[in-house]
Amino acid sequence: MSFLSLTDADREAMLATVGVSSIEELFRDIPEGVRYGRELDVAPALTEAELQRHLEELAGRNVVDEVCFLGAGIYDHYVPAVVDAVLQRGELLTAYTPYQPEMSQGILQAIFEYQTAICELTGMDVSNASGYDGTTVAADACYVAKHATGRTKIVVTEATNPQVRQVVKTYAPGFGLEIVEVPHEGGATDPDRVREAATDAAAVIFQQPNFFGILESAPDIAAAGEEAGAMAIAHVDLVSLGVLEAPGAYGCALAIGEGQSAGNPMSYGGPHYGFLAARNEYIRRLPGRIVGETVDAAGERGYVLTLQTREQHIRREKATSNITTNQTLLALAGLVHLSLLGPQGLREVGETCMALAGYAKERLADAGLELVFPEKATFKEFAVRTGRNARDALAASRARGVYAGYPLGRDYAGLDDALLVAVTEKRTVEEVDRLVEALSRG
Amino acid sequence: MKLIYEKSQSGRRGLGVPKPELPVPEVPEELARKRAPRLPELSEPEVLRHFTELSTRNFGIDTGFYPLGSCTMKYNPRVNERLASLPGFAGLHPLVEDDAAQGALELEWHLQEILREVTGLDAVSLQPAAGSQGELTGLMLFHAYFADRGEDAQRRKIVIPDTAHGTNPASVTMAGYELTPVKTDTRGNIDVEDLRGKVDEHTAGLMLTNPSTLGLFDENIEEIRDIFHGAGALMYYDGANLNAVCGISRPGDMGFDVVHINLHKTFSQPHGGGGPGGGPIAVRKILEPYVPVPVVVKEGAGFRLEYDRPKTIGKVRAFSGPFGVFVRSYAFIRAYGPALREMSEVAVLNANYLLARLKAAYDLPFDRLCMHEFVLSARLLKREHGVTALDVAKRLMDYGFHPPTIYFPLIVPEALMIEPTETEAKETLDAFADALLAIVREAAESPELLHEAPHHRPVRRLDEVRAAKNPIVRYRFEEHPAEHGAGDRQLEAQKGA
Repeated sequence: MSFLSLTDADREAMLATVGVSSIEELFRDIPEGVRYGRELDVAPALTEAELQRHLEELAGRNVVDEVCFLGAGIYDHYVPAVVDAVLQRGELLTAYTPYQPEMSQGILQAIFEYQTAICELTGMDVSNASGYDGTTVAADACYVAKHATGRTKIVVTEATNPQVRQVVKTYAPGFGLEIVEVPHEGGATDPDRVREAATDAAAVIFQQPNFFGILESAPDIAAAGEEAGAMAIAHVDLVSLGVLEAPGAYGCALAIGEGQSAGNPMSYGGPHYGFLAARNEYIRRLPGRIVGETVDAAGERGYVLTLQTREQHIRREKATSNITTNQTLLALAGLVHLSLLGPQGLREVGETCMALAGYAKERLADAGLELVFPEKATFKEFAVRTGRNARDALAASRARGVYAGYPLGRDYAGLDDALLVAVTEKRTVEEVDRLVEALSRG
Repeated sequence: MKLIYEKSQSGRRGLGVPKPELPVPEVPEELARKRAPRLPELSEPEVLRHFTELSTRNFGIDTGFYPLGSCTMKYNPRVNERLASLPGFAGLHPLVEDDAAQGALELEWHLQEILREVTGLDAVSLQPAAGSQGELTGLMLFHAYFADRGEDAQRRKIVIPDTAHGTNPASVTMAGYELTPVKTDTRGNIDVEDLRGKVDEHTAGLMLTNPSTLGLFDENIEEIRDIFHGAGALMYYDGANLNAVCGISRPGDMGFDVVHINLHKTFSQPHGGGGPGGGPIAVRKILEPYVPVPVVVKEGAGFRLEYDRPKTIGKVRAFSGPFGVFVRSYAFIRAYGPALREMSEVAVLNANYLLARLKAAYDLPFDRLCMHEFVLSARLLKREHGVTALDVAKRLMDYGFHPPTIYFPLIVPEALMIEPTETEAKETLDAFADALLAIVREAAESPELLHEAPHHRPVRRLDEVRAAKNPIVRYRFEEHPAEHGAGDRQLEAQKGA
């Protein structure tokens, strides 16, 4: 086995130093009754070349050559080559959590820079070093809100990503929280309905742009929540924040979201990263790692994990969360991508998504397809009626080499004929034309 | 070293964006961005050079020995990175219809089968994103199981030994349970007498790491199992230390009902400076109805994601789990095959060898053979020379090693928790032991050398108290006008040239 470094002679010498006669003897503390007497039933070992062939064969059975208009939370954005180059630096890739800051200034500074980028994009004061994904940070946010307000109800808009809502509902009983959903009206959320629901609520969670791609009246929703004494929590798309207002600018207490759009391939759903940022008053309630600036013994600037008394390894059952391993490497990918884009590039990505999505809406309407929510402004996604069961329309489009979108009937009653179509900056005018042809001719 | 924001020059950029000749729809005024985010502005080579410089100020397994106890810092095979980035994996959207993801689903199914075999349990959910999320998911399954039996209101307590990782009690609170702590006996096992008085009809279950965080296998595990199962309670196995026992002893055979597997530890996902990880759980048949959805099932020659599980607790994360982690761990396991047992054997041999070389010079709180890791104490160094575990850790850096985990587990004063893993050569272990022995001599001869360590890192010892007292957690652009002013002037000068 080439990952092991001991020779037979090494093993003999080491056993002698330990004072035992065999490897078997090292395990003498394990009671006989719980030992495993057989060989593990695992397929025989493969060499590296065989492994490469086997995994290539498996990868080859996935279909990735259809033009991708599928989004619904994970998007086919471009990932620049420099991201890969940085992520393959072994000093970063194969390190762990920077418990020993003098060995880990590289990753600590990178996290500090990431936190800064997230704060800039969301308009918040403090960001943690990442959460697992865009769903679990919503559950984290509920825990923060419960303890910050002492209230036990969470309001979530129905136009928030269904998986986010499902995860929040799974966590809620343990947290002692009740979840109340506010239905959408014509694809968007009515701030008045939020105001009614938010009485005695710890938080109002909404998505901007929402699951249908529609631009919510986010400042009004946030205000409706805050008026009722509930924390406004915006679930946002990093890629939209070059053109859309920062949640901090319209009064949100927390901003959360799925970071995959910045720096990460779709990879069948992970690993990606969730981001969680807050106004300064919540800093000591946040879950997860936070990096802070300090000085060394010579007075030089440096970085350390900080406010660790929030965390499980110090506070145990009174911690703000149980999180340990997070998604630092994927957050680093996001930072590298955002650093390459800069403010202008980020704005342009947003504008190109909007331009292509706008073109797609127009062409589909011209071709006789009906938009589900035609009056609403959208970002990079929109819902379209296919004139038949959306899964049949999808199958027909795939036969033409186009993966046309996400069947909304999976999550919403009355939308069995609708597809949610996502258009990123990777798509071209020609590909949008193919989408229109695939959906209109079927 | 400068922050990337301090290298920024207005007007530079590192990536072009396609601009189709189409009108850009207007964003309604009240929803449009008013002030551009101050992201850095650098050219592509400058960005690459910045992060390369950061990497030179970091230490990973690829750099050298990293015996961080409890974290299983083993070699991460490079081929796994290549495999995870195959276009058929990296380019696959998680919401495609199952027919478009047959290769991915087959890989997930095989991984489920392997984890069933390694743990000795009946069903697997790959969904949890890390070990601590696996713990929380397991406790949610406890609730669901007892709720079905009408016992959830009655069974509120989870028993946890005082050696446990902090994640265990934190998970108990997040799951809405109450903590019942139990002591450790003089051999480093759970104190069975203390335990007997604490397990009754109000107990939902036990959370146990075995081998424990002391690196010791609990010799009374069968008795412990009988106590819990006898009281109708369940048992959760924290798989943090599974690297010690693959193919040697299986948690299911020890009596555990739920296990999480840290794929980033035992099965070698690179730790990435803090993550990602993977924390699949394996469960006994009685808990299978409650596991998160979707579950990968085999049907004829094909595979599909099954959502129709009426008793499921729901979802703890998006999609079926962190797929790229599964690719790496599956590849790692296939590279070993049944020799996973040898992996654990060598991990345990390496740890015992280091322990044998060091136990005369440091204090050993429990004098037994260890499993894959062991805990020494620097309390004698502290008493005799005023040198702490922290000083020892910082001085190890000067010898070119990443320090072990320190001050954990909490029951050992001045703890040094050392986990060499199976991948290290004897020469490396010897050099590390020599360094720790040299440090004992230095503690007697020149303790100030240790108090002031490290001496050869890019920074000296960092002031963590100051960071927490006045937290600066993002770059404060407003407090650094000088740098930005200088940047602007420099840009003007370049224009002139």
